[in-house]
Amino acid sequence: MSVRRRRPPALVLVAATAALLLFALPLIGLVQRADWAHLLDDLRTPGATEAMRLSLTTSLAATALAVVLGLPLAWVLARTDIPGRAALRALVLLPMVLPPVVGGVALLSAFSRRSPIGSWLFDTFGIQLTFSPAGVVLAEAFVAMPFFVITVEAALRSLDPRYEQVAAGLGATPPQVFRRVTLPLIAPAVVAGAILSWARALGEFGATITFAGNIAGRTRTLPLSIYLQLESDPSGAIALSLVLLLVSFAVLIGLRDRWLGGGRP
Amino acid sequence: MRHRHLLAIVLATLTLLVAACGSSAGSDGTATTKAPAADGSATTEAPLEGEITVSAAASLTESFTDMGKAFEAEHPGTTVTFTFDSSGTLSQQILDGAPVDVFASADEKNMEKLTDADLVKGDPTVFARNQLVIVTKPGNPEGIGSLADLPDAGVISLCGEDVPCGKFAGEALANADVTIPEGSVTRGQNAKATLAAVSEGDAVAGIVYVTDALAAGDAVDAVEIPADDNVVATYPVAVLTDTRDAALASAFVDYVASDDGQAILEERGFLPPA
Amino acid sequence: MTLDAQVQVDLDGFALDVALTAERGRVLAVIGPNGAGKTTTLRCLQGIRPLDGGRIVLDDDVLDHPAAGTFVVPERRRIAMVHQDLLLFPHLTARDNVAFGLRARGRSRRDARQQADDLLARRGLAAQAGARATTLSGGQAQRVALLRALVTEPRLLLLDEPLAALDPSVRGETRRELRRTLDEFTGSAVVVTHDPIDALTLADDVVVIEHGTVAQAGSLGEVTSRPRSRHVADLLGTNLVRGTARGTELRSGPAVLHLAEPLEGEVFATIAPSAITVHVSEPEGSARNRWPMTVTDIEPAGERVRLRLDGDLPLVAEITAPSLAALGLQVGSPAWASVKATEINGYSR
Repeated sequence: MSVRRRRPPALVLVAATAALLLFALPLIGLVQRADWAHLLDDLRTPGATEAMRLSLTTSLAATALAVVLGLPLAWVLARTDIPGRAALRALVLLPMVLPPVVGGVALLSAFSRRSPIGSWLFDTFGIQLTFSPAGVVLAEAFVAMPFFVITVEAALRSLDPRYEQVAAGLGATPPQVFRRVTLPLIAPAVVAGAILSWARALGEFGATITFAGNIAGRTRTLPLSIYLQLESDPSGAIALSLVLLLVSFAVLIGLRDRWLGGGRP
Repeated sequence: MRHRHLLAIVLATLTLLVAACGSSAGSDGTATTKAPAADGSATTEAPLEGEITVSAAASLTESFTDMGKAFEAEHPGTTVTFTFDSSGTLSQQILDGAPVDVFASADEKNMEKLTDADLVKGDPTVFARNQLVIVTKPGNPEGIGSLADLPDAGVISLCGEDVPCGKFAGEALANADVTIPEGSVTRGQNAKATLAAVSEGDAVAGIVYVTDALAAGDAVDAVEIPADDNVVATYPVAVLTDTRDAALASAFVDYVASDDGQAILEERGFLPPA
Repeated sequence: MTLDAQVQVDLDGFALDVALTAERGRVLAVIGPNGAGKTTTLRCLQGIRPLDGGRIVLDDDVLDHPAAGTFVVPERRRIAMVHQDLLLFPHLTARDNVAFGLRARGRSRRDARQQADDLLARRGLAAQAGARATTLSGGQAQRVALLRALVTEPRLLLLDEPLAALDPSVRGETRRELRRTLDEFTGSAVVVTHDPIDALTLADDVVVIEHGTVAQAGSLGEVTSRPRSRHVADLLGTNLVRGTARGTELRSGPAVLHLAEPLEGEVFATIAPSAITVHVSEPEGSARNRWPMTVTDIEPAGERVRLRLDGDLPLVAEITAPSLAALGLQVGSPAWASVKATEINGYSR
């Protein structure tokens, strides 16, 4: 490179290093505390494998739900002039800033057996969301979907509407336009949004334990298992924590290189 | 010039941070100025003041909150701050260096973890006992009459297996020869969370302490567990070696064992120490 | 008459109200300053912006008529649009861009691609058929965009500044190609442009829009010879000569023009009216471009006057009012016109 980069001032460098340490030290601590010799054994216990399997299936299901429902929602937010859209967007983003436990309590008020909707679901279809894997999916989707919706909405907003207009001029109906033009053009954002919300769903704790409970094999996901094991089996908890750390790290690196514009110089 | 100011602010902040980190390790010195209240309640010559932190089992939430208020009223100028959670969580926090003055556990085992680590000043004092009870939804819609009704009732809320109330519930179930399949057990991190799964959530029943059921009022119904099956939990309390104010901490422990303290505990459903 | 539109729209600050007609097989140029309402007019024709008043009729189909509650959605109008920045679908190949409209109309993928390949090959783009739209050069992308629009056999083709985004080095070539394409096109076409050369070379008819209304409308010849506003005069009030060039000699009918730069074949040339010198008798000197004329019209244009001169090479000249008085010319007077070779701008057709 021929251009000489400006060197950052020493003070900025010090502060930046302090900030970096704030992030890095806890993670280093976790890695350093891990019992590497027994890591695989810790991950092979029935409780751990069960939690990992459950976390994987529920988080993927929650992501699917976020995509299927979030895509139309993002479209409505980006493209229509429905009244109160600003308030609607705030509502959609609320789970991102709400403490997840509050989300769990809110879900309970809406879908517990004693709530109107929950009792109707149970009496009519025999569906009980609380204490069920479906409840875990619902709780995870509740906190994870906003990540998908804002990512896709932003992409839809920045998409030149004339592409869709040209397609219509060529005879494509609105569904054809969406499938053949809009969706392919926002595909990177759809994928990035799905991965972000998957990572969020995978790490979901507060709403899940509050709404879906903590039943081994049914609702005890990785974070719940980590929390419970911290008292009885700290090394197992740390092993599971490392798994989550690794996944989160991989997700971010993958996103950076492909979608978030960083990476290659 | 402006850079100098900024540098000063950053350095000051860093110094504060370092000082804050260091204080928890080297805090013993501050306590020496106080006269250690060796026995009995505080004397009038050495008026108590200051602040202590008490970590107490979740089942003590109501009684200790009451006790803190009464203690503060008796000793103006003192502040008692509580942390309520499962005894297992709290003992782990103390082992990890949490700045705590007094620990009140819902079982002997978690207290032993601290005595084994030489974190307890003197010997722990047993100040209360507790028993388990079955809680159900108000009106007991599932008609639960005994532990034997639990396996087929639906989702049962129990404390985590390594939390005292969870361990005791396990023992009580074993005494009654009842096995609840793990697939219909939701585990709370402590007695309060376990109760909440019944009072707020959709668990049909749970096993918690008598005191928790009492504290929940109308939110749940209680179904007694026969004495033969029931388990008695013993509550020890102790001052910790890392306390910043040994005199105040001892005074609080003494208050817990005093007649006033015992009256508060009894009112909340605890049994007196054996 | 295939397109018959009265476009009435309430815009911020002013009302747009223009009438457009374009007969089958003819090209209508829409010109006017920025903000005059050209883009909105195109959006109304496409059906992106519904009319507030007036109506749009294409081949006897009413597409938009608010008074009657009629509105045909864009995808059913068969009006294709080519934007200045072309807007090829970046996620598709050149082939799939061209095939897009066929697929939308229910043709099988295989069929549509086959036809797209044939069309691309005919335009010399066989090698680019499988290339991503984003990798095409400006000229190639322009051809693909035009093919994508034409393959759907639109009844009306809209072109918004079709050549403005192109590199000057390929603009001439692309303009000639566009001219040929429009000659073959059987529907009506509307070209929005601010480039006089585009208007002069592509259009049959012209509509000038200023401040939301039609300032002038008519055939290209009428508008260029009698611009009714300064803007039109500046933009289009120029002399356009069609002819055949051999070296520096350009033959147009009986007249011969001498060029500064050699050209070959069919060409256009423009001569600014102000570049023409008018004399009462045959001028002496070296000017080889001189023709005997008759004054057929005198029209004031601000502080200047425009003279229509008829002869072997009909021309419009622009001179000052004092010059006119000094020359003592009247309608019917004989006169001579001369122009320097360097003032004649020739283009290959």
